[in-house]
Amino acid sequence: MRRIISLLMENEPGALSRVVGLFSQRSYNIDSLTVAPTEDNSLSRLTVMTSGDERKIEQITKHLNKLIDVVKLVDLSESAHIERELMLIKVKAVGAQRAEVQRLADIFRGQIVDITATALSIQVTGTSDKLDAFIAAQAENTVLEVARTGVCGISRGDKVLTL
Amino acid sequence: MEQLSGGDMLTRALHDEGVDLIFGYPGGAVLHIYDAIFKQDKIEHILVRHEQAATHAADGYARATGKPGVVLVTSGPGATNAVTGIATAYMDSIPMVILSGQVESRLIGTDGFQETDMVGISRPIVKHSFMVEDPADIPMIVKKAFHIATTGRPGPVVIDIPKDVTDPKIKRPYEYPKDIKMRSYTVPGKGHSGQIKKAVEALLGAKRPMIYAGGGVIQGEGAELLTKLTQKLGYPITNTLMGLGAYPASDPQFLGMLGMHGTYEANMAMHYCDVLLGIGVRFDDRVTNSDTSKFCPDATILHVDIDPASISKTVAADVPIVGSVTAVLEEMLDCLEQSQQAIDAEALKTWWQQIAKWREKDSLGVTPHTNGIIKPQQVVQAVHRITKGDAYISTDVGQHQMFAAQYYGFDKPRRWINSGGLGTMGFGFPAAMGVQLAFPEAISVCITGEGSFQMNLQEFATCMQYNLPVKIICLNNQSLGMVRQWQDMQYGGRYSHSTYAESLPDFVKLAEAYGHVGIRIENLGELDAKLEQAFALKDKLVFVDVMVDPEEHVYPMAIKGGAMKDMILSKTERT
Repeated sequence: MRRIISLLMENEPGALSRVVGLFSQRSYNIDSLTVAPTEDNSLSRLTVMTSGDERKIEQITKHLNKLIDVVKLVDLSESAHIERELMLIKVKAVGAQRAEVQRLADIFRGQIVDITATALSIQVTGTSDKLDAFIAAQAENTVLEVARTGVCGISRGDKVLTL
Repeated sequence: MEQLSGGDMLTRALHDEGVDLIFGYPGGAVLHIYDAIFKQDKIEHILVRHEQAATHAADGYARATGKPGVVLVTSGPGATNAVTGIATAYMDSIPMVILSGQVESRLIGTDGFQETDMVGISRPIVKHSFMVEDPADIPMIVKKAFHIATTGRPGPVVIDIPKDVTDPKIKRPYEYPKDIKMRSYTVPGKGHSGQIKKAVEALLGAKRPMIYAGGGVIQGEGAELLTKLTQKLGYPITNTLMGLGAYPASDPQFLGMLGMHGTYEANMAMHYCDVLLGIGVRFDDRVTNSDTSKFCPDATILHVDIDPASISKTVAADVPIVGSVTAVLEEMLDCLEQSQQAIDAEALKTWWQQIAKWREKDSLGVTPHTNGIIKPQQVVQAVHRITKGDAYISTDVGQHQMFAAQYYGFDKPRRWINSGGLGTMGFGFPAAMGVQLAFPEAISVCITGEGSFQMNLQEFATCMQYNLPVKIICLNNQSLGMVRQWQDMQYGGRYSHSTYAESLPDFVKLAEAYGHVGIRIENLGELDAKLEQAFALKDKLVFVDVMVDPEEHVYPMAIKGGAMKDMILSKTERT
């Protein structure tokens, strides 16, 4: 099962490697990973998308909690949450293709962020599914490059991940 | 405030932390620290002959005393040599602080001479690690390191120290912190009262109860309370390899060690129990056997541990309790006191009768040879007799380790010093040195094999330098016994690289070359007398080379893929 775990950790050198190391050491999957400082400079927020059955996820969260640098953790997928991913995608577009790509971008509420005579770069945000669908919708052999941020998310409602 | 250099801060901080003994080996990156050590007299430094031995000696010291072991090594090879010892301590949850030198800050990342990324290399085998960036941080980092190493589930902590940080010319204010606050680290204390009540109810309602106690009870200083609880209940108890001594082996309620080479009665009682109290254990594969679905099929499992990640990791717990063993045991005893519920005495009687039948099998019975060939088990039994069961026994890894675990019979915690989790050959001798330094008057024995011993024999020199009268009992079967046993049982007796009889050293001469005493025993008739002679040499290190039957196997032995009741009992008998 797909899970999104978000955690706050000390914004210190080595903290990220401890988290990543834990996943490889215990052969847990990392499907995506995103990390950046929060409004509190001493803390980083890390969001990891992983998969596994109930027992495995329990082990992952327990082991993450055991890391000295991890301050607080939440399994976002346990309850209602909002998740987003950002993608920059460069597609080959010449002639009639250009209008078609623009139309697709509109449908997916993407924005064209760069343009050349032969290619368009589009920014799309949304759930991972949506980004997958956008890639799939492109004409065959036109996708030149894809850069995705990985998933980040927050809980719905008043629930917050904070100290 | 007092101004000190980084090197002086380290020795002062160690002293302020209550450390009086450290094990180490000098080198370029730690020379400032060694100079600081030279100029003080609060901390004694033991110079080993290999950094691996420093870690094992500190580990042995920690296991025997309960205090953290402290190690000082240089950068690069000094640090990497320490890695096996750190991993050994990590697997067995032993509190240890390792100070490793590092190249100067400006050289980090340049592949400088004797540079290695110690924080990176040690990351998967430490509880935590620190890299010191400023000498002013040393007191706080040392304080945190000891706090982390010794609390909760203990473990090794590395402090990596670039050389410039200990420069005697750079001085910073020194004050050792009285306490620390870490927002990301809390230590579990009391267990959940509701869960404890539930566990006590389940225990009282049991018809076929079993207590399974491990190293956590020893580390958590819970042996006395566990004994009290077990005797109050009158239930059978087994100890894991790491837990030997948590319950007195000579008590009739003790069924012996369980698991891979556990006794028939302990493993049978595990398999057929209906309520299992696991305390300070981690249900590891040497206990449960490989297929956990066959483990204790009828049992309600109560699991007490300080580490939440150990609970339901391999075997799902019906009643999980996270907390320190002492706090949980105390509450269980209170709960028991107040409970109106009575033990099912009739069922318990029947259960003990069943256990008595299993005991009749005498799975550890030794039939002596009539031709004078010594069985390894007889050596351990003789050592037990001569030391009156009151020695500290360190071992290496292999057949001799299992024989020692099965036949020594530990009545007290912290007497059994062995590498259970990592299974490190070469652990025993340096660990026995650590024990001897902790308790100069005690009998520190290293039961070893001629294979393991050769992995750290350079420590003969350390023992000479510090006059450590360790008694080394080598069960010499002229082969890597446990490897050979598996090759006998699973590889058609093809001894691939497990024998070397023709190239073994003369251990007696070897011991003598270092200035120690060597004794060789070849015949059963001389075993007791010569062992007594060895132990009578109280002030000397004695290496006793005992030639034992190389054909001997360790039994019982779990059948791979089976349940705990499935065991090989001898070369000809299976359950």
